[in-house]
Parts: sequence; C-alpha cells; structure tokens
Amino acid sequence: MRVRPLLIAMLFLTLQGSAVAGDDEREWLSVRGIFKASFEVDDPIEINKIHSWVLSIQTMSGDPVNTAEISVDGGMPLHDHGMPTRPRVTENLGNGRYRLEGLRFHMNGQWEVSVTVKADGEVDTVIIALDL
Amino acid sequence: MITARRKTGRTVVALLATAVLAAGAWHFRPLSPAPWTDAEVEILRSLWIGSLPPLAPDPSNAVADDPRAAKLGQQLFFDTRMSANAAISCASCHQPERRFTDGLPKGQGIANSRRNTRSIVGVAYSPWLYWDGRKDSLWSQALAPLEDVNEHGSDRIKVVDLVTQGAEYRDAYEKLFGGFDPAQEDAVDTAFANVGKTIAAFERLLMPSPSRFDHYVAALLDGNESGNISALSTDEILGLQLFIGEAGCTQCHNGPLLTNHEFHNTGVISFPGEVPDKGRVAGVRQLLADPFNCVGGYSDDTEKHCTELEYVRTGPELTGAFRTPSLRNLENTSPYMHKGQIGTLMEVLEHYNAAPFAMIGHNEAKPLNLSSRELKQLEAFLKALAAPIAAPDQWLGVPTTGIAGNNE
Repeated sequence: MRVRPLLIAMLFLTLQGSAVAGDDEREWLSVRGIFKASFEVDDPIEINKIHSWVLSIQTMSGDPVNTAEISVDGGMPLHDHGMPTRPRVTENLGNGRYRLEGLRFHMNGQWEVSVTVKADGEVDTVIIALDL
Repeated sequence: MITARRKTGRTVVALLATAVLAAGAWHFRPLSPAPWTDAEVEILRSLWIGSLPPLAPDPSNAVADDPRAAKLGQQLFFDTRMSANAAISCASCHQPERRFTDGLPKGQGIANSRRNTRSIVGVAYSPWLYWDGRKDSLWSQALAPLEDVNEHGSDRIKVVDLVTQGAEYRDAYEKLFGGFDPAQEDAVDTAFANVGKTIAAFERLLMPSPSRFDHYVAALLDGNESGNISALSTDEILGLQLFIGEAGCTQCHNGPLLTNHEFHNTGVISFPGEVPDKGRVAGVRQLLADPFNCVGGYSDDTEKHCTELEYVRTGPELTGAFRTPSLRNLENTSPYMHKGQIGTLMEVLEHYNAAPFAMIGHNEAKPLNLSSRELKQLEAFLKALAAPIAAPDQWLGVPTTGIAGNNE
C-alpha cells in the first residue's frame, strides 16, 4: 500500500514532461495516437527570450513525416492565457524536421505547446508539456 | 489537588515557552546562515540587478549609442518649444525627481492624457512601450506625445523646423544626420523619426542602480564576503520569501528588472466615469499599422530584425491586458496602474490579494488570501527595491552646458 503514492507520484512526474535544455530525447504522442513529436533547442529555454526550436514529426512507426502542415499555439492552463507570441514553422528542413520560430515564454510555471500536424489525410495534435 | 494544579501550571508554562521559542525561531528563520534553498537562490540570482545583461544595440536607430545624439535628445526632452503652447516638454510628465513620472493618476499635458505616466528608467530593455505596447521602439514612442492633442499638441512640421532649422539645434542635428533637404522624399517624416532617435539615445542612459535587495543577493551569492547580508530586515526577507513563493509575484515580475515586459489582465477597475480600457488588444492593432514600427521605412535596420513584431500575438485574449511595470521604479511614483487607479503600494497588494473579477476580459490572477501581516512584509520588501537612477547627474535635469553636439 505504501508503494502506491510513490507510483502515482512517479507517473505524475512522467506525464508532466520536462523543459530541461537539450531534452531532444523526449517524444510526445499526439492525442489520437497518429503522430509523435520531439524538439531540439540550441540553448536552455529562458523565460522572456524569443527563440526557435527544431520540431521532429514522425509516424507512430518512426517514419519521418516530410510534408506536414504544422500549426502551433500554446499557453498556461492554470492562468487561462496563451503565449505572448504566435510561433510558426518557417522552414521544412527535411527528414521530418521543421524549424519553428517565434517562441517566447513570459512566465515560470506549467506551459502547454500544442502542435497540430496535418499530413497524409490525418490531423492530430501533440501537446508538449513544459515546466519552466 | 495541589500537585495536580502545579503539574498543570508547569505544563502551561512549558507549552508557552515552546510556543514563544517556536514563534521566535519562525520569525528569525530567514536570518539563519542558509535560509534559502538552492532553487530559491537561483530565483534570487535571476532577479538580481547583476543578472541584467548589457543593453543590446538597437539596429533600428543608427545613433542609439552616440553620445552626441544623447546630448541633443536630452535638450529636446526638456525643451518646452516642442509643444503647441510652448509650455509642455517630455519632462513635464517625465520628471527626473520622480523617476521620470509625475505623481498624477493620468499625465497632464495640454489636457489630460489617457493613461498614467510610466517611468522611463530601464525601459530601453523592453520590446514594447506604453501600457498597451502600441510602440515597439524608444524612438518611435518618443514621437507620439509630440503630436498627441492632449500632450504636446504640436506637429511634425513644427518639430522638424525647430530642430533642423533653428540656430540652437541645427549644427548638432546636421552632424548626426546631415542637412535637412526638403526635396528629399519623406524629408519631414525622416527628420521627425531622427528627432525620436536622439531622444531614445538619451533615454537609453537611464538605468536603475543596485538596491538594498541587490546588495543582499550579492552578499548571499558570494557567501557574504564582499556584500552585506544584513542589507534586508527580517520583515523584508519574509516579504521576499512571499514574493518569490506563495504570492506568485515573479510569475510576471521576473528577471532583473522585475518585469516580463508582457501584457496581463489583472482585473484593475476602470477609471471612474470611463468605460474599461481595452489595453493590449487595441494597442497591438495600432502597432501593426504604425509607419514608425520596426518593419516600417524609418528604421535604420536594412535587414529589419523584427522578430518580436513578426511573431507578436494579437486577438481578444489580450482584452484589458496592460504591460507589466518594473518594480524598480516604485519609489515616489504613485499612484499606480494604467490610469493611476490605485494610490498606494498597500492598496495594490490588497488588490492582488483579492483578485476581483475583471470588468472586461478575465483576471489572470487568483486570490492570494495572505494575512495583513504578510501583505506588510511584501510591502516592506517592495520598498527595499528603491535605488537612485544610475545615470550621472548631468543626465538627470535640464542640460546646462553649451549647445548640444558642440562640446564633445
């Protein structure tokens, strides 16, 4: 019985995701389980600093999604507000990788970046959870 | 019975003593050698003025860091001829002795301005200017009051004439920008933008200096070897703990200037007799349509590095949102908020403690439910952020020496 709170805590932490720099190992699954996404950043994410990511989009079997239309939004659910910017994909880098520019987070706390991917007749959204 | 009563008495005394000791320990906890966790120390470092990076160059303003431009800008800033009635200068509302504010709910130029006068100390770090961020550079902002009928009430032709043709400023102007050529396309607008660029060069020099809070953090960071760990009182330290913790102030008041330079609706009531101010939702529309914005033709940056403007957020979510002010300019700058609706720091804290419903949009803040003692501690901490302006005195008043640009 004592183990249960620990397991719940571990599960919670796993689901929370993480915003640590260079966390490019981590993958997030889309809501309906069509795609998976990960991102890379050059420097640790700092609040109040406009910056860019490289997004990688793959199918569930790990194949790169090369012709995705991607839209990005996000916000802080606890504060009921969005991001201070409107980030967008500015370049298709090939091999399922896309340059996403114009991200800025202006508060510490829990953020959600929702990446909507449209490809191969499917539309699905990946929610990337960050704790800054 | 007597024994029992004595026992009870001893128990009460012991309990009282424990309570007094516990209260004392709680009260003095922050003064113990290591009152902060490592994570808290990192937050304190992020708020410390020593974390303020050098001011980035402004590629949109070719004279931004030219001392000759700053000198001319300073003269124009204090020159009442830059107004329709020859009585109003920038310094009428931005008074140096009040950290470049005016002590009024709303600015008073030729008539009542729309909003509270913000301090310009440290503002060169902000990507946005004005409460609603309708300007995106210091130089572009400096132009607007000159033509606002409630503020200077002048116009660009008169301003350009004074600066480029009048004996007092012509030499200084021409050394920076060349002679005014009326045949040149956009001659007046270009020269008008240049006027703003000199005022911006002056404003870039106005920075906050280290406060007692910064001395405390400096001492904390180097183990009190060069600083003064007693720079803050117990109440101020307890206020600081609330500030970075339970009160959540650093969600918006973060970074070394204690602002994220962004826009939030915090449910401040409208000015008596006025409909609620739309704030950023309207300001961003004006910004995008402004010919003097970052992507406009008057920027000196040929490559137009305008990332902030390019990715700026618009839309109804920004209704009633206003730009977070720095908390380094609280001293002698009341009343507070976008229309000066709140008179004292304590009333500001009470506002955030209650977090009322917003009249338009929604209040992002949640009630804090702090005690009055905790609010007093927060107030004490906020007052410990007071510090003089870092610029030398020569920049903090009407320039007295020579004609601008001639005495370098």
